[in-house]
Amino acid sequence: MTGLLLALVLFLLVFAAAQIIRIYELSVKASNRDEYVVTNKDNSNQGRLMLVFGIALLVSFVVMAIAWNPLALPKPSSLHGVEIDRLWDVSMGLIVVTFFIVQPILFWFAYKYRGKEGQKASYVEHNNNLEFVWTIIPAIVLAGLIVYGMTTWSNIWNPELDEEPIVIEIYGKQFGWTARYAGSDNTLGNANVRLIEGVNVIGVDTLDPASHDDIVTSELHLPVDKPIKFVFRAQDVIHSAYMPHFRAQMNCVPGAQTSFQFTPTITTEEIRTDPDVIKKVERINKIRLASGKEFYEYDYLLLCNKVCGSAHYNMQMSLIVETEAEYTNWLSEQKTVKESI
Amino acid sequence: MAKKIVEEVVSHDEHHHVENFWTKYIFSMDHKMIGKQFLITGMFMGVVGVFMSMLFRLQLAWPNEKFVILESILGKWAPEGQMDPNIYLALVTIHGTIMVFFVLTAGLSGTFSNLLIPLQIGARDMASGFLNMLSYWFFAASSVVMITSLFVETGPASGGWTVYPPLSALPQAMPGSGAGMTLWLVSMTLFIAGSLLGSLNYIVTIINLRTRGMSMVRLPLTIWAFFVTAILGVLSFPVLLSAALLLMFDRLLGTSFYLSDIMVAGELLHNEGGSPVLYEHLFWFLGHPEVYIILLPALGITSEVIATNSRKPIFGYRAMVGSILAIAFLSFIVWGHHMFITGMNPFLGSVFTFTTLLIAIPSAVKAFNYITTLWKGNIQFTPAMLFSIGLVSTFVAGGLTGIILGDSALDINVHDTYFVVAHFHIVMGLSAIFGMFAGVYHWFPKMYRRMMNKSMGYLHFWLTFVSAYGVFFPMHFTGLAGLPRRYYSNAEFPMFDELQDINVIITMFAIFGGIAQLIFLFNFFYSMWRGPVAPKNPWRSNTLEWTTPVEHIHGNWKGEIPAVHRWPYDYSKPGHEEDFVPQSTPRLKDEPGH
Repeated sequence: MTGLLLALVLFLLVFAAAQIIRIYELSVKASNRDEYVVTNKDNSNQGRLMLVFGIALLVSFVVMAIAWNPLALPKPSSLHGVEIDRLWDVSMGLIVVTFFIVQPILFWFAYKYRGKEGQKASYVEHNNNLEFVWTIIPAIVLAGLIVYGMTTWSNIWNPELDEEPIVIEIYGKQFGWTARYAGSDNTLGNANVRLIEGVNVIGVDTLDPASHDDIVTSELHLPVDKPIKFVFRAQDVIHSAYMPHFRAQMNCVPGAQTSFQFTPTITTEEIRTDPDVIKKVERINKIRLASGKEFYEYDYLLLCNKVCGSAHYNMQMSLIVETEAEYTNWLSEQKTVKESI
Repeated sequence: MAKKIVEEVVSHDEHHHVENFWTKYIFSMDHKMIGKQFLITGMFMGVVGVFMSMLFRLQLAWPNEKFVILESILGKWAPEGQMDPNIYLALVTIHGTIMVFFVLTAGLSGTFSNLLIPLQIGARDMASGFLNMLSYWFFAASSVVMITSLFVETGPASGGWTVYPPLSALPQAMPGSGAGMTLWLVSMTLFIAGSLLGSLNYIVTIINLRTRGMSMVRLPLTIWAFFVTAILGVLSFPVLLSAALLLMFDRLLGTSFYLSDIMVAGELLHNEGGSPVLYEHLFWFLGHPEVYIILLPALGITSEVIATNSRKPIFGYRAMVGSILAIAFLSFIVWGHHMFITGMNPFLGSVFTFTTLLIAIPSAVKAFNYITTLWKGNIQFTPAMLFSIGLVSTFVAGGLTGIILGDSALDINVHDTYFVVAHFHIVMGLSAIFGMFAGVYHWFPKMYRRMMNKSMGYLHFWLTFVSAYGVFFPMHFTGLAGLPRRYYSNAEFPMFDELQDINVIITMFAIFGGIAQLIFLFNFFYSMWRGPVAPKNPWRSNTLEWTTPVEHIHGNWKGEIPAVHRWPYDYSKPGHEEDFVPQSTPRLKDEPGH
């Protein structure tokens, strides 16, 4: 019955639409105008709309920036992160300025030069000086950005360190993370997925003496102000270890080892007292309270950022930055490979 | 040589006129009909692709709501209206595949290269009508296979449109890597074959079949764009084919091109020595030129539409050609910017940052030239012109954020976040789709001999333009908050809770914008049958296609093909009565210019 009614309604709708179209067609015929010809009125209407849209675009940009910029990640909690954010600010600044120059000109021209009957356009083919200028200016600006970007990139990869970084392995599999600390020798023992057996879930080679003091954990603790060298492995598919608060990310590739190095500079305790973070947490808890979810406390996170299967959206590991004393204490409570396997 | 071919085609044309339904509409070798076949197929795929995006946007805005409608559409993939994570990934994957390849490569370049190359260079047809027909039918077959893959038991491919192995190579890793993935690869293989046949044909036609007087520097910019696009396709698509074949071998024959040391779903695999990063290199060696395979035709169309409707020559013709060539060349040496964080040698990261940021220079030249073409023009706001201006706006807005993402140091933190999604949808998706709409509105009379409705075109443009920015502008901000793409739900991370409002706004614009496309579809099909009959040259344009009769004839021109005496951009030229001077108009005595 519902189907029949639905069909009837659909039929009536189509019928009504057809009638409206016929009336429209007759009216067009009666007025004897060619519907597709762009009239003076069209040009002036559309030109105005262009101007209105251009203004609205810029205004909405400003509104969005004011409303949503605070939602961005808080200040970086790593040494190189500060450099990245500085480069970001410079690049973003240039982009926004260019956006605010080029878009208004585009929409202004569209409005200003809207067609009028009897008006003729100027015959301008090209202008070498002008073209030279707008080739050379972007070239200079980009040259600056390229040099700045490359320097930053190279600093990230070759940081000046006065101490040996702590080596930690991050191991990704569907759908969770495991960490392995290199232990007192700061050397990770060999490992391969072929050696996975029983409790040896990440395939550590127990015959390799370097592996004996390794420590496998499901939580990531980092000492503040110490350089950390992460090496990454994956068990099944590509994962990506994304630590947004530290501006750090590296893919974990099955059959290969990748690495990334950074120095955390702010402990979890400290970042929770940052005014921006406090505000953020307040906003979030207001939302969570309304929907009856548990209270949220700010935490660093490691999350997967390369699609890896159905539960990709929930592949995370908590990451705690603490003082060296707390870190050493926590680490000493963990079992070494020799003790656990 | 060229002349001889022309004569042959003429005689061929004269005693070959018996057409039935099959030879005219289905197995047509006429470039105009093939162009229309590409368009209709592309539009169908576009409807599917956009519809999918509306479904997964529903999930993103209201992750825990149940929508009964989802169950009636997705069946077992949405029990009680709650979308399954696997089908979410499948929808995202197929949306990307369909939009990038089927709509914006075949639908855009296939349609307009076929329609316009012979018409604008003054040729009776493509160099090989038969290859042209094959190119369409390979595309049609690949579309059928892709659509079929939606209905297999384990679901369609779901590893993202880039289908990185090992995820895409191992059926144990996710349901979508089963039969659906095999069909995806079969479909892409057919697609590439079709694309290569088409591209070779375009190149040969443009080089050999130009009419008298049509030197390369008198080609409309559309043709330049199609020409360079075809070259890009010929050089890069075979690499994707090899990537796809090797992946097929890994999946079906137990080879280890991309696989090594893997334990998946508790099973240890024998594979050793392969590297998934090899796949990424091969994929992006096509993948990046592909961006320009999509974009250049749209820019070419825009050049034509903006010049015609500003009633002015395109500003800096030679610079426009030069920037097309520069962009095309650079597009081959920037693929690594998709791979900054794959563990690739950091030195390579620097190199790719350098080459990538260089692309901004020719892109800036193009944007400035478009804007200067408007300057002191007499702008006629046809729907095509509105979409072209929209393209310039999105090209600038999206291109600028490329400066961030092309910078390896900055990419670390926004890689694979919504910032990237915003960037490429605006610069590539919106720009290209706007170019495609501009092309359809502009050349509809050439395709269907009738005019599209102007008022509906206006309405369509404004609704689309507003919702397009409404969808993709806010995504920058969720990206800045660190939200990864391809997450089925953000609810597992309290830190993203405050982004939910933005997600709702985006989804509303997406649904609104999607529905607005019905206006276009209605206008298109309505005008096809009932629109007013088109005059010969409705936009008072200079290019050769407007000298052909309104009725389609095999061979395009009755009698001799017109010769060309000037470049295509003599709009509002002093010394001429009208504000346009068709290319076939002989030069006045001592007339300056091209």
